[in-house]
Amino acid sequence: MKTTPTRISDESPVSGPAGGPVEGPPRTFENRRPLAQRVRDWCTAFAFTVPALVLFGLFVLMPILYALYVSFFNWGGFGAPSDFTGADNYVRLLGDPVFLGDLWRGLLLVLMSVGVQLPFALAMAVLLNQKLRGRAFYRMLFFAPYVLSEVITGVLFSMIFSPDDGLADKVLGAIGLDHVGGLWFADQDWVLPTLFLVMMWKYFGFHMMLYLAGLQSVPDELHEAARIDGAGPWQRFRHITLPLLGPTIRISVFLSVIGAIQLFDLVWVVTQGGPDHHSETMAVTLFQFGFRRYQIGYASAISIAMFLISLVFALLYQRYVLRRDTEGAITTMRGAR
Amino acid sequence: MSGLTFTARRRLRSAPLYVIVWAIGVVMVTPLLYAVVSGFKTTDQLSDNAFGPPSPWVVSNYTDILASGSFWRMLASSTLIAIGTTLLTVGAAALAAFALARFAFRGRELLFTLFTAGLMFPFAVAILPLFILLRTFGLLDNPWGVILPQAAFGLPMTLVVLRGFFREIPAEVEEAATLDGCSPFGFFWRILLPMARPALGTVCVLAVVGSWNNFLLPLLVFSEPGWWTIPVGVQQFQGQYAADIARVFAYLVLAMIPALGFYAVAERQLIGGITMGATKG
Repeated sequence: MKTTPTRISDESPVSGPAGGPVEGPPRTFENRRPLAQRVRDWCTAFAFTVPALVLFGLFVLMPILYALYVSFFNWGGFGAPSDFTGADNYVRLLGDPVFLGDLWRGLLLVLMSVGVQLPFALAMAVLLNQKLRGRAFYRMLFFAPYVLSEVITGVLFSMIFSPDDGLADKVLGAIGLDHVGGLWFADQDWVLPTLFLVMMWKYFGFHMMLYLAGLQSVPDELHEAARIDGAGPWQRFRHITLPLLGPTIRISVFLSVIGAIQLFDLVWVVTQGGPDHHSETMAVTLFQFGFRRYQIGYASAISIAMFLISLVFALLYQRYVLRRDTEGAITTMRGAR
Repeated sequence: MSGLTFTARRRLRSAPLYVIVWAIGVVMVTPLLYAVVSGFKTTDQLSDNAFGPPSPWVVSNYTDILASGSFWRMLASSTLIAIGTTLLTVGAAALAAFALARFAFRGRELLFTLFTAGLMFPFAVAILPLFILLRTFGLLDNPWGVILPQAAFGLPMTLVVLRGFFREIPAEVEEAATLDGCSPFGFFWRILLPMARPALGTVCVLAVVGSWNNFLLPLLVFSEPGWWTIPVGVQQFQGQYAADIARVFAYLVLAMIPALGFYAVAERQLIGGITMGATKG
């Protein structure tokens, strides 16, 4: 998301952008420095990045490259991969109903999140941005599930939604709605919506906090002026709050898509992808093939597919959706300080 | 219009808002409270009397777990791994962020872009080759097998936040330090880091929470219960005591306490961190 040119030292000698941070030492000084010193500087800078580079290279970049390599083999995980099968794993992937189903379910989760969870979080943020008594308490309460691990959340709700003797069925039974839900996670049609409910319980507070932070940068004067001009609450929300929250909303959509792509812990603990794959995600499929059936080559192809999907999505999203925020986001952040 | 009726009208208008917020609060809190209360029942009580208070209150679910060594061992191993991960992530990221923020060198933005690209790599993408790599290095059933990859995947976010913070420290401070004979590392260690304490607090809290809640990696790395972390322990406990639900509830509650306690203490840093990470990333 950075647009700063790479070759800083050759730029004309001006200080940083108006009011912005000055990058490194003053450039007038930089330009006059002899080559030997610049080389020394480069070496110092490089030395500082070595620990991070080693960690990142060994445990992030190398595994991904290795997965790419292995994905062209039929491999059980022991010895060196030798049975080269070309693109077979990928061809198989594109015809695998479970994987295609993963994509579909991922899309459903994203749609539910963007259509239900995020508007709900936004509504709560706007509500708790008003002068309500106890709003600090409610903010803290709504965000609290975010700090719990997905495993704890998953185990908790698998017991709450346990058929017949779980809290959900008991409550529904007590108010005469026994026919609703029923099997929950064990029902092919209910499992995904129920999972989504749990995700919403856990994550809407996170998005609400993002929106609340964004709302801080919406100046009160704008609302004041609009109110004087006779704009109602809805009009003010629609024409002031919403446009000014644009950058925050786009980030929160981005985060919830990335979250849906890598969803694993919750599903694994609650359903392991069942019943009959109806809650399976890409990461669960990957785990099943990689660590249960030892088809490492095929599982690697799944992880490369996940990687490509994330990458393409992130690049497109940055190129077409986030690009226009770069300028606006920076100025509003400055204004908020 | 007198002031009194104005306030009264405003109160009345905001009444539905209070009802909405309160109702959602109830939905949020019920699962947690239900778990706490259910932990004080026996499983038989739980199926006969789901809503009412326990009669009698049974504390053995909680005390049995607290008396067993395994719960404390998991707490210790979660803590140790979280501390290791945090030190390593923040240490390596701070050094790199210093170079990427305060030095002008060719390839700097490219390097930064490479690191930030790590923000979009889901952990699950690398898990399979990571596992093979750790097996090759002999890091399975070894806490480093969890700490090192967690630190590596924590780098991008930490780096983005710290670099943003380091850039805002005026160049005059650095010039003054250099004139006084400070080496680059001396400036970093004695001036920059102390000035960046709030940002460091924030990234530390994020790293701790990330490590504390990680499940996939410790699940794969630790085949022996000796190093199991809390999420792995919770999953195993549920499998082991599937029939004794009340006991599982008690276990869940005890497993939640450290995370919720940490949240209560570090709320400001945590929320500052997630919003900063999201807006600057």
